[in-house]
Amino acid sequence: MKKLGDMLLGESPFQELVMGNTALVRGMVEAGVRVVTSYPGSPTPEIATAIASIEKDRRPFHFEFCVNEKVAAEVAYGAAVNGRPSVVFFKSVGLNVASDTFVQLNHMDIPGGMVVIVGDDPGAHSSQNEQDNRHFARMSYTPLLEPATPSEAYAFLLKAVSMAGMHRMAVMLRLTTHVCHAKEMVSFGGWSNPPRDDTPLFDGSGGSHIPIGAMVARMKKRAIERLKASHEPGLDRIVDNGNPKRGVITAGLPFLSVQDALAKADRKPDILKLGMVHPLSREGISDFLRGHSEVLVLEELDDFIEQSVKAVAHDGGISTRVLGKECTEDWIGEFTPGRVREILHRLWPDSVDAPVSVSGNLAAPARFPQMCPGCGHRSAFFAIGKALRESDITVADIGCHTLGFLPPHEIGRLLMSMGASTGIGQGLSLFNSERRVVAFLGDSTFFHAGIPGVINALFNNHRLTLIVMENGTTAMTGHQEHPGTGRNFNDPTDRIPIRRVLEGLGIQNISEVDTYDQKALTLAVGKALDAPGLSVVIAKHPCMLKFSRQQRRKPGFVQRYVEVSQDSCTLARECIDRFGCPSFKRDGETGRVSTNTDLCIGDGSCIQTCPSEAIGAVAPGKESR
Amino acid sequence: MNIHMTGVGGQGIGLLSELLLRALSRAGMEVRGVDTHGLAQRGGVVNSQIRTGSGEFSPLIAQGEADLVLALERHEALRAVSGYLRDGGALAYYDAVWQPFEVRNGTVPGVSTEALHEECRRRGIRVVRVFRDDLPDSRMQNTALLGEVLRSGLVPGLAAEHVTGAMEDLLQGGALKANLGILGVR
Repeated sequence: MKKLGDMLLGESPFQELVMGNTALVRGMVEAGVRVVTSYPGSPTPEIATAIASIEKDRRPFHFEFCVNEKVAAEVAYGAAVNGRPSVVFFKSVGLNVASDTFVQLNHMDIPGGMVVIVGDDPGAHSSQNEQDNRHFARMSYTPLLEPATPSEAYAFLLKAVSMAGMHRMAVMLRLTTHVCHAKEMVSFGGWSNPPRDDTPLFDGSGGSHIPIGAMVARMKKRAIERLKASHEPGLDRIVDNGNPKRGVITAGLPFLSVQDALAKADRKPDILKLGMVHPLSREGISDFLRGHSEVLVLEELDDFIEQSVKAVAHDGGISTRVLGKECTEDWIGEFTPGRVREILHRLWPDSVDAPVSVSGNLAAPARFPQMCPGCGHRSAFFAIGKALRESDITVADIGCHTLGFLPPHEIGRLLMSMGASTGIGQGLSLFNSERRVVAFLGDSTFFHAGIPGVINALFNNHRLTLIVMENGTTAMTGHQEHPGTGRNFNDPTDRIPIRRVLEGLGIQNISEVDTYDQKALTLAVGKALDAPGLSVVIAKHPCMLKFSRQQRRKPGFVQRYVEVSQDSCTLARECIDRFGCPSFKRDGETGRVSTNTDLCIGDGSCIQTCPSEAIGAVAPGKESR
Repeated sequence: MNIHMTGVGGQGIGLLSELLLRALSRAGMEVRGVDTHGLAQRGGVVNSQIRTGSGEFSPLIAQGEADLVLALERHEALRAVSGYLRDGGALAYYDAVWQPFEVRNGTVPGVSTEALHEECRRRGIRVVRVFRDDLPDSRMQNTALLGEVLRSGLVPGLAAEHVTGAMEDLLQGGALKANLGILGVR
C-alpha cells in the first residue's frame, strides 16, 4: 500500500478502503480547492489527519487550524471572495460559533465558491447536543448536500465545490458522525495537478460586499434566487421496489439503515433517497408522492424534510398519506439499523419484522470515560478539591477537564459551550456572597472563546476564580496545536503565553503551578478563592497521553511504573477512592490494591497522595507482575 | 458477517479493526466498517464494527445481530455479548482486566472469567479466551487476539496471508516485525 499522502495526490484513478473524512480530502485535491480551514472537533478532525499525511510543500492547497470556527469561516470566505475555491470544516456546534459570519455568506458574491462541511452528531457521541444543522441551511439560503457513505462524501464534495464555483456562493455539505467515520472501498478519479490561476479577483466596487441599508434587500433577493437555481436533481435517486402503495423518503445514513431493515422484508416500499436536502426538489417529491398511496418520511433528528413534503402534498392537492414523526422519541438519537427496523415494524408490521431482542441478561458494570494515567488534570482536581468548600460552585468548560464532574472528583458541575464557564461563573456570583465561584477553562478553549469572558469579569468587576487547565495541546480532539504551543499546523510560530495575555489585560492576581506539585496548587487555589475580584490560577502540566506516546517511540524506551508496597499499604485507598487513577486495581476478594502495569506510565503523581507512603516508583526494567 | 469489536480507549481497537477490515477486503469480501472516535477514547468504551456483504448496507450492526464479538477486555467482552452478540454466535477475547471506577472502589463487583463463560454457555456462544504472559508490550494484545481469531477459524474465508498483507499495509520496521511475530502464523 502506498503512503496515504502519496495516494491522496495520485494521478491515476484508484480504489482504496478509506473513511469518509479521508475521502473528502481526495475530493478537495481533485476539485482544485485552494484554501481549507478548520477548528478541530469530532467527528471531523480526521480530515486534518488526512491533510497532514500530505507533505506541506506538496499540498495543492493551504490548510490551517484557526483559533475558532468563526475565524476559520472568515479566512475561507476571504480566500473565496478573492477567487480561491475554499472549504471550511468543523463539528456540529462549531456552526454556532461560526454562525455570525455563516448566515451572511450567501448575501455575497463569492467568485471562488466556498464549501462548508459540517459534522453533525445524532446520538451526541461527542457533542453537548445533537442539533440539526439543516435548519441553518434554510435560515441562510444555503444549498445543502447530504451524503450517506464515504463514496458519496467524495462525490458530493466534488459536486459542492463545482456548484459553489458556478453560482459564486457557499454550499453546505452535511455529514453525520458515522458517515465521517464509516470505511469502505471508494473509487477515486484521476488528478493531473493542473496549473492554477491565482489572480486576485476581489471586486468591491459600488459597495457590492457591504450589507447595509438598501443593499441588504438586493443581496437577499439574489440569495433566494441563487438558492432556487442551485438545485441539482442528479443527487437524488429512487430505489424502485415496484411498490405502488408504499414509499419511504429518506437521506444520509438512515437510508442505509432502511436498506438494512428491509433486507428480509416482504413487499419492500420504494425509496426516494435525497442527496440534496435543501432546497428539496418539489417536482421529484411530488412525483414520488403521486406514485404511492402512503409515504413515510424517515429522517434523523428534526422533521426538516417532513414539513416540506407535507407542504408539497398540500400545495399539489395530493391525497397521499404522508407519515413522519409520531412520538417524542422519533426526534431523538441516531437512526441505526435497529432503530429504523423498530420504526418500520411499528408502521408496517405486515412487512417488516420486529428487531431482534438480545437475550443477554448479565450486565457489565458501567464504564465512563476518565482522565488518562498520569493526567495533570487528575492531580489538579485532587489538589483543588482540598481547597474547596462543599458550598463552592465549580463551572466546567469544554475539554478533557470536563471529565472532572465524574466521581471521584465531582468538580465542574455546570457545562455549556466553548468558553462559557467564565460568563456563567460571573452570573453565579451575583447576589451571592455565600458561595464562592470557580470557573475552569482549557488552554485551547482560552484562545477559542475564553478571552471575552475574562475581559468581561475585569470590565464589570466580577468576583471569580478562574483556573486555566493548561496541558499544552488541544487534547480531547487529538492533540492539535493552538496559539499557546509554539507551532501551528504547518510551522513553528511564536507561542502566545496565556499568562502574558492575562497580565496584559491587567489582572493582578495570577499564579502558575505545575499540577504535580499538589500541595502548592492547593495553597494557590486557596489564596485565589479568598481574593477579591478576578483571580487566576494557571494549573499546568503537559498532556501525559501525548507525552507518553512520544516517549514510547524513542529507541531504548523502558516502561516505568509504580508499585504498592503490600507491607506498608493500610488500605486507606486514597489512590483509588479520591485520586482515582485507573492504573490501580482492587483484588475482588481481599480488597488489596496493586498496579495495573498495562496502564501505569510511572509518572509517580500518585506517590504524594498515599497517607501510608506505600506507593513507590519501580526502577525501569524490573518486572514484578 | 457482522463483527463487533470492543475494548477500553487506549487498548488498540483502532488498529485491530483496521487490520481486520483490510484483511477481509484482501480475502475478496465487500466490507464496511465504522469506529468510535472522540470522548470515549479517554478510558471509556471503544467500539468498532465491521460488516461483510453485498449491495447497500449500513456499517452499523443492530443490537443482537453480531455474529462475532472480539474484545480486548473482560468487562467489555460481557457488555458486547449482552448488547450485540446473537445467541449461538462467537466471542473471542483477550483476558485483560481494566477495572471500571466502581469496580476499583469496591461498590460493584467485577466480571469474572467464570461468569462470562457461564453466560456464553447459557446462550450457546462459542468462547475463545486469549491470554499470553510473553508479550513484550500490552499494546500487542490486539495482535495476539487476531492471531487466535485466525487459528480458530472464527472468520470463514480469512487466511494468514490476508492478515499479514494487511499488517504490511499498515505497519513498518520494528513494529511490523514484532507484530508479525506475535501473530505467529509464519
